[in-house]
Amino acid sequence: MRDLFRGELVRLTSEEPEIQAKAEVRWQRDTEFHRLADSDPAEMSSEKKIKEWFEKRIDEGFKPERYPFCARTIDGDKFIGFFGLWVDLIHNEAWVGIGIGERDFWGKGYGTDMMKLCLQYAFTELNVHRVSLGLHEYNPRALKSYEKAGFRLEGRTRKDMLREGKRTDSLWMGILREEWSQMQNGD
Amino acid sequence: MFDIQTQLFEGQDVRFGPIDHEKDPEIESKWTHDAGFMRMYDVAPARPMSAAMIKKQYEKLEKQIEEDKNLYYFTIRAKEDDRLIGKAMIQWIEWSHGNGWIQLGIGSAEDRCKGYGAQALRMLIHFAFAELNLFRVSARVPEYNEAAIVLLKKFGFVEEVRRRQALDRDGRRWDLLVFGLLKDEWQNQA
Repeated sequence: MRDLFRGELVRLTSEEPEIQAKAEVRWQRDTEFHRLADSDPAEMSSEKKIKEWFEKRIDEGFKPERYPFCARTIDGDKFIGFFGLWVDLIHNEAWVGIGIGERDFWGKGYGTDMMKLCLQYAFTELNVHRVSLGLHEYNPRALKSYEKAGFRLEGRTRKDMLREGKRTDSLWMGILREEWSQMQNGD
Repeated sequence: MFDIQTQLFEGQDVRFGPIDHEKDPEIESKWTHDAGFMRMYDVAPARPMSAAMIKKQYEKLEKQIEEDKNLYYFTIRAKEDDRLIGKAMIQWIEWSHGNGWIQLGIGSAEDRCKGYGAQALRMLIHFAFAELNLFRVSARVPEYNEAAIVLLKKFGFVEEVRRRQALDRDGRRWDLLVFGLLKDEWQNQA
């Protein structure tokens, strides 16, 4: 069997609340990172508040619809980002979100490797029928990475975001189980 | 000139109203016993609900409206006798981007196919663009809800996204569509 938690560049981990909070406090200063990853207005939260947020998730315990992960580099064991799957248990679909807070690791294949781990987890451990994601059209690097991982563009909601006074689209992508399986056989 | 004389909540045969916590739960409870309606209205699992459950749901809804401030909810009422015939809402509003999602349903079978849904949708869109000042509204529709798709297209909505096989119903997979309408597209219709 394959190692579910280990890719070529990164491995999938769960970090302590202190470590996650310390990293988030640094990453939230980078508004470009925030605007690539999210559509909510950027904000500043205290380390205490962030830590409590992560502790609350731990108190809530296991939820079958929620799979939050962290990513560490295999070379150097550096905590570089987070990713997660949210499952619609009724329709057997998972949504994926991914973010690399450490800028030095942008554009070097780490995100694609994280996404491959996510898809492997979604299709072989959660056994969902499809995986979905959304991204901003001003993030072509993410688009390329997701296409490389096997996602197909399924449409765009026109001008649904306002950034720096300009209207911009959101892109919607999806990959079906059979498409992912075919890619694996092709390897 | 500002046109503030146009009533936002009055249509030809229907009007928007608030929730009536005394009378509405029993009526909406009846709608939830119609699996066909439930599957058209929402992608959540259809389940029959008692009036007591609906009552609780209303209370939760009003609390959410007060706290989250990103949801507007209306009951749809027939003007002739003020009876409850459906519900309409704008939810998941992102104020910083000016977008929101609409959802609308005519609950009982005898009130369908009379143009009430279209009248309510016209009011809902007008409210979204002229009162909330949104830039666009979106709607999520399963591919099997042909009536909704026809209605949305009539109002100028554009099919923007086809989430392939996103729904599992009746033992097969269905696409889930996303429609969008921009404020200038709506204005140019008038």
